[in-house]
Amino acid sequence: MDNNQTSTHPDTRRQLQMARSMCWHCQSEVTGEYFCERCVKVQPVSKETDYFTCLGFPRRLTLDPQKLEAKFYELSRTFHPDFYQAKSKAEQTISLSNAAVLNTAYRTLRDPIRRAEYLLALETGSVKDIRTSPPADLFEEILALQDTLEEYRTSDRDSDQGHRLRATLQTEQEALERRKEEMESQLRQLFADWDKLQDAGEATSLARVERDRILKQMRDLLSHRTYINNIVNDLAATIA
Amino acid sequence: MARIVGIDLGTTNSLVAYMKDGQPCVVPDRKGRTMVPSVVALTDNGLIVGDSAKEHLTRNPERTVYSVKRFMGKGLADVQNELAYFPYNVAETGGVIRIRLGQKSYSPPQISAMILKELKLRAEAYLGESITKAVITVPAYFNDSQRQATKDAGLIAGLEVLRIINEPTAASLAYGLQEKTQGTIAVYDFGGGTFDISILKLKEGIFEVLATNGDTHLGGDDLDRLLVDLFIAEIRDRHGIDVGSYPDYMQTVRLEAEGAKIRLSDDLKTEITIELPEDKGRFTRELTRDQLESLVVGVIERTLAPCRIALKDAGLTPKDIDEVVLVGGSTRIPLVRQRVETLFGKQPHCHLNPDEVVALGAAVQADILSGGTTDMLLLDVTPLSLGIETMGGVMSSLIRRNTTIPASAKEMFTTYVDGQTGVDIHILQGERELVKDNRSLARFRLKVPPLPAGVPRIEVTFLIDANGILSVTATDMRTGQSQSIEVKPSYGLSDTEVERMIEDSFKFAAEDVNARKLIEARLDAEALIKTTEKSLAEAGRLVTHEEADGIRTALSQVAAAKDGMDPRVIRARMADLEQAAKNLNVVMLNDSLKKSLHGKTVSEVT
Repeated sequence: MDNNQTSTHPDTRRQLQMARSMCWHCQSEVTGEYFCERCVKVQPVSKETDYFTCLGFPRRLTLDPQKLEAKFYELSRTFHPDFYQAKSKAEQTISLSNAAVLNTAYRTLRDPIRRAEYLLALETGSVKDIRTSPPADLFEEILALQDTLEEYRTSDRDSDQGHRLRATLQTEQEALERRKEEMESQLRQLFADWDKLQDAGEATSLARVERDRILKQMRDLLSHRTYINNIVNDLAATIA
Repeated sequence: MARIVGIDLGTTNSLVAYMKDGQPCVVPDRKGRTMVPSVVALTDNGLIVGDSAKEHLTRNPERTVYSVKRFMGKGLADVQNELAYFPYNVAETGGVIRIRLGQKSYSPPQISAMILKELKLRAEAYLGESITKAVITVPAYFNDSQRQATKDAGLIAGLEVLRIINEPTAASLAYGLQEKTQGTIAVYDFGGGTFDISILKLKEGIFEVLATNGDTHLGGDDLDRLLVDLFIAEIRDRHGIDVGSYPDYMQTVRLEAEGAKIRLSDDLKTEITIELPEDKGRFTRELTRDQLESLVVGVIERTLAPCRIALKDAGLTPKDIDEVVLVGGSTRIPLVRQRVETLFGKQPHCHLNPDEVVALGAAVQADILSGGTTDMLLLDVTPLSLGIETMGGVMSSLIRRNTTIPASAKEMFTTYVDGQTGVDIHILQGERELVKDNRSLARFRLKVPPLPAGVPRIEVTFLIDANGILSVTATDMRTGQSQSIEVKPSYGLSDTEVERMIEDSFKFAAEDVNARKLIEARLDAEALIKTTEKSLAEAGRLVTHEEADGIRTALSQVAAAKDGMDPRVIRARMADLEQAAKNLNVVMLNDSLKKSLHGKTVSEVT
């Protein structure tokens, strides 16, 4: 096959990423957070650093949005490429990739749902394993709803039947939105439970059982909530 | 660090600005004009740019390019339905539009580069130093190809483009610095060819863009076209002539439509007068503001949907917006202001000149990059979702729209067939489900070592930098080896083509400078001939016949040199003429002084 379009060269960035504990520039030990204390060069955010650590927050699910924003702004002033124009190419590359990581970290932690999904992924493995699924008790109802939705899409919107279907769908949408809110309030309770457990910091077998319970329930609720959220959005878009 | 200027490369007008004592200022020309019309004309003496080129719109329409920004980063198919409005020849080669001017074809970045060069020269003349670095603004809703094309234009013009920034966010920087604006603001930017809406949070020097939306093909040009269509139809009905087939008259109609639109922002009615070709006389009509408004209201309303989407994406309602700021010449239209006020429920304002505010903001960003301003930081977003083609012609999003930039996403790729050595990747931008409804940005082939199916693991990183421009890198996760990827842009110049254009630009730079000097020398010569002839007619009787003859000879020599191609010869003959007419001027001055000072000579007075 055609090999002309690509070429390989030794990757300096990989070496940079490995050198978390050692400054990529002067090889001295880095004890500071993001800058080498000896040569004051910016250091790359390690691949192993999770978003909580990156933003300097503990792994908790209730975060103060004001404090999060303040930290994001502070680190943006630290890493943004705007402030590295006069620096070396290597420092510019680090600044760019650090700023990208920081932006992803803030975007993830800012939203309580994404924050919880991310924490689940950290604690239990890939977040992509969370498949969206309908809550068992709503399964029949949702199947019927999909049929009504299909019927409405193919019907004449201005006919009597169209009006009737639209009213039904509207009622359904409201019911699902209430259900979603319920789930979100349950989730908030689980978030609080998680934070309390972490704050206690006990390593007992009881604490482990509690931890697994919270994570399991959170995973199910998040999956159901996303499922319902998708349907609500679909409904809103169709009858808008 | 060398000085960095800020440039607003507009559809209709362009400006260059710089920082002076902590405040941004627009660079004027010798006559004090701040705007350079974004017009390039090919004349018998070469290419000219700006005000002098604008005069050729009606004289020489086939060879005068305007609104080239509408073609940046586009293919011919994208602009098919508006080609009829442009008198110059537009074709396509290699996925890039080419504009024919005389014997040569130019890509839109090359035409834009000529405008940038003009701005560069203007700044150099004004600031008395060489300018090589710039921040250039683009509409916030510009996609990757359009941004890349703008960057290419800068390179071709001999400018290092340190940053591409979005026009509405540039405006917010100017407001933040000069008006100390704080809180949540909406910047409504309606220019000559594009519309943008950006919603920002301004807090403690951080300018965080929450959402942006827009239409890169919606501006004052579209309003003018509605008027042009109306006038053409009326001329056909009343005078039985199709002005559409006379490119020069079409430009007259277009300029008259634009002028009427502008006048109706202040007046309630205006007179239209258009001289017609083929002795068909003159078309006149009265146009009222009401008539204009009912004609263009549909176009103006098209700006409202992007505003609503941006608000929704930002998670805000109109009442959350503290201030609405207007940018761009089209926001002078009263109906625009009225619609914006209705939508946001508050009176919009434009305390800073809407024509200049974008360039001023670009200068502020330039100052941030050069380390002058350290307390302000702009956190902008990518306006469009970025994704790749997956099975079944569906786009899979990797970076969602309104994600803060720099932004990156990683995707793992593997093989489906044993021994497969490449994976084709198609990068897209847009919000639609299907590949065909989105913008194709680029394609590339990922190199994979020949191994059993599913064994290779290649991680591809898509990175959108602070300019909103994409770069792609790949790493083989098994070996840790990275590969550089040469991306073939779907709608853009290849790197080699840009390099060739930069070379050409330097090669022709000497030629261009010469052409410019020639034009200037000719203009100066004309002016000198005119004043000397006038002096001779008025005061020729005060000098000897020999002297008067000498002046006449020198005059004819300047006139002859003016028709030549060498500016140095023109200047030399002009110096001769000035020498020959020196005594005449002294005598004239004496004569006029004598009249006012009752017989005293110059030497007596001084």
